[in-house]
Amino acid sequence: MGAQLRVYRRRIKSVQATKKITKAMELIASSRIVKAQQRLEASLPYLQHLYAAINAAATNAADVRKHPLMANAENRQKAAVLVITADRGLAGAYSSNAIREAEALASNLREKDISVLPFVVGRKGVSYYRFRDREMGGQYVGFTDQPTYSDAKRIGDDLLKAFMTPVEEGGVDEIHIVYTNFRSMASQQTRIRRILPLEVVDEVVTRDEGAQPAALYEFEPDAETVLDGLLPRYIDQTVYLALLESAASEHAARRRAMKSATDNAEEMIKSLSRQANQARQAEITQEISEIVGGADALSAAG
Amino acid sequence: MADGEKILNVAVVSAERALWSGQAKSLVAKTPEGDIGILPGHEPVLALLVESPLRIEEPDGTKLVVAVHGGFFSVSDNDVNVIAEVAELAEDIDLERAQAALARAQASGSQDEDELGAARRAETRIQTASIAKGVSAR
Repeated sequence: MGAQLRVYRRRIKSVQATKKITKAMELIASSRIVKAQQRLEASLPYLQHLYAAINAAATNAADVRKHPLMANAENRQKAAVLVITADRGLAGAYSSNAIREAEALASNLREKDISVLPFVVGRKGVSYYRFRDREMGGQYVGFTDQPTYSDAKRIGDDLLKAFMTPVEEGGVDEIHIVYTNFRSMASQQTRIRRILPLEVVDEVVTRDEGAQPAALYEFEPDAETVLDGLLPRYIDQTVYLALLESAASEHAARRRAMKSATDNAEEMIKSLSRQANQARQAEITQEISEIVGGADALSAAG
Repeated sequence: MADGEKILNVAVVSAERALWSGQAKSLVAKTPEGDIGILPGHEPVLALLVESPLRIEEPDGTKLVVAVHGGFFSVSDNDVNVIAEVAELAEDIDLERAQAALARAQASGSQDEDELGAARRAETRIQTASIAKGVSAR
């Protein structure tokens, strides 16, 4: 076998091996999207009840607007930005989109003289900020493809702690979250949302149109305490939902990236085998002409 | 409907999924103020829950115990919604693991918030599992 043909065959083999891997990753990602979507749906009843309860407590509590979690700081100085990225790569532009959006938000805030403290979820994001030697308020890795509620709670607790600390002591006065919204298998979108201070009351009232008006509840111990107990849960839940949405988006992005990698590998195998065939044909032609030439020479001499 | 008014419709929902739903004769939960018992026809209540075993008695007399770790519950029109951040049915609790976790948390002797939380959770699980087995927790 000629050298050229051997090189082609080797390359075809290696591309085929890569294709098998990308195809497997594509299939895994597709099955995980479905799982992530199911988890997203399973968490909705909790959210609806939480909304309804906060709504009921807020309408009954005295002076909700002065609640520490809802009051806007008069002079905003520092903001926390929670960025949700992936732990692993090979998911197309998923992580870099989130980071880019977060950076845009950060420079926007800096223009208003608000300094920014990033909280980062996912190895990709953490290594981005670490490489640039930026200070991070928190790093959370190891769960982005299957986030659990306790992961969200850990983040929620840290964010709340930062929010309740005065700025002079290293706290923040507002918290934004940058995540990827899962609209459908084909479409995901990076989104920015401010989670603290809360604008929860208005949101609850408008979102809850379908529900019946809140019953006249007796509060145990009292409406203010109940509200105090519920609002941190709302933060945790918002973080949890953002993690779930992002996980579903991450899998969708990975599936798409791996699908195009598989398609490209197929394309490459096709063109390589054409070239290999051509090389083989050339080799045969050459051999024939050598034989014919040899025979001619022999008969001329004889 | 006379029958329908004498029964509670209970749903136990945790942050990750809807855990259990069904009918009940009564329900006992623990709020920061103490235990509260709910029977059919109770006035609307919205109360916080503390880490504790929640007891539900089904219409056929079966007792169901759920470990709830924080959250709240609401009662209106005989609909009871128990909304816990984390909740586990007694049958899903691994008693040995909970006991090991409690021993570990106590042995560390740490006053750290996380450690104390872990100890509290383990204790609630053990209580829940013991009540479910018909053994008094204390």
